[in-house]
Amino acid sequence: MKITVKLFASFREGRFKVESRDIPSSSLVGQLVADLKLPAEKLGVLLVNGRHAELESQLEEGDVCALFPRIGGG
Amino acid sequence: MPEDLKAFLHSAAMDGLVDWQSYETARQLFGISYPEIERVVLEQGLFPKRYAAQQQLFQLEGQLKLFRARVAVVGCGGLGSCLVEMLARTGIGTLRLIDPDVFAESNLNRQLLCTIDSLGRPKVEVAAERIACLNPAVTVTTVAEALDGKNARRLLAEVDVVVDALDSIPVRRELAHVCRQMNLPLVHGAVTGWYGQVAVQSPGDDLVSRLYSHPGQPEMELSPDNFSAGVAAVASLQAVLAVKVLLDVEPLPANAWFSFDLKEVDLERIDFGSG
Repeated sequence: MKITVKLFASFREGRFKVESRDIPSSSLVGQLVADLKLPAEKLGVLLVNGRHAELESQLEEGDVCALFPRIGGG
Repeated sequence: MPEDLKAFLHSAAMDGLVDWQSYETARQLFGISYPEIERVVLEQGLFPKRYAAQQQLFQLEGQLKLFRARVAVVGCGGLGSCLVEMLARTGIGTLRLIDPDVFAESNLNRQLLCTIDSLGRPKVEVAAERIACLNPAVTVTTVAEALDGKNARRLLAEVDVVVDALDSIPVRRELAHVCRQMNLPLVHGAVTGWYGQVAVQSPGDDLVSRLYSHPGQPEMELSPDNFSAGVAAVASLQAVLAVKVLLDVEPLPANAWFSFDLKEVDLERIDFGSG
C-alpha cells in the first residue's frame, strides 16, 4: 500500500523531506521507523494524519505519517 | 508630588516622547524609581523615547500593556540570554528570571550573557545586571533555584506569561504541567543544532507534554549541540510569541507548533489532530 512519509529536522539528513512509499499492508509505524533506520533514542512526536501515533499504531493506505526527532536543547 | 511629576514629564516631553535624560532628572527631583517614572509616562499618554521605533507597531495601549506585563523566563542560558535581552528592550515591565546555574566556558559559544568576566557567576545575576544596563525601567526579580514540582507554584506566582528556555526535558515537562494547572500561557522553545521548535501552550492545555510524550525518550538531553545563531533564531520567535500573547495579536495558533529547519531555511506549522 502507498503512504506518504514526512520527515523533520535531523531525520531528513541522508533521507528526504517528503516521500511516497510502498509498504506492506498492515505495517506498523514502528516498522516504518525501523526501515528508515531512525534512531529510537531520538524519536519525538509521531503523527499519522495529524494525530498522535505510537510505534504500535497501524498504517493504512493513503496515510500521511510525519516523524519528528526529539528536540530538547536550550 | 505626583502632580508635580506629571507636570514635569509633560513639560519635558518633545513631540510626546520622554527621553532618558528626563527619567534621570525626574528620579533626582522626585526620588522615585525608573519603573515608577515609566508607569506615569505611559499612563499620562506620553511615550518613552527609547520605544519610539516601535510606537507605530504597539501604540500607547500596547506599550502600556507590555509595561504592566509580568513574564517569567525559566532558564537563562542559550535561549534565556537572548530572551532576556529582547524582552527587556521591548519594555516588558516585570521579568522574573529563574536559573540555578553559573556560567561556564562551554557556554561562551552561544549564551550571549556569558562573557570571560561572567564565568563562574550566577546566570540570573548577570542577566539582571544586563537588564539594568539596557533598560532600568524593567523590574527584575531573580531566582537562583532549579524549578521543580515543589517550588514551581511559588516561582510562577503572579506571572502573566511563562517562557520555557530550559535545556532539560524532565524540567520542561514539569514546567508545562504546572503551567497547565495554574492556567498560565507557556511559550515553549527548544533547539538542537540546525533544528528547533516553538509553540504556545494555551492556559489549561497540555501541548508541551504531548510534544515530549514519546516513551523511551532518554530523560536527559543528549550532549549540547548548538551554536549561537540557531539558538537566537528560536529565542527570537519565542519573544515574538510572548509579545503576541501579551497583546492578543492574532493569529495565535493553539494546538499547533512550529518546526524549524535552519539548514533548509524552512519553518512549518504542525497542527495536532488536523488530519
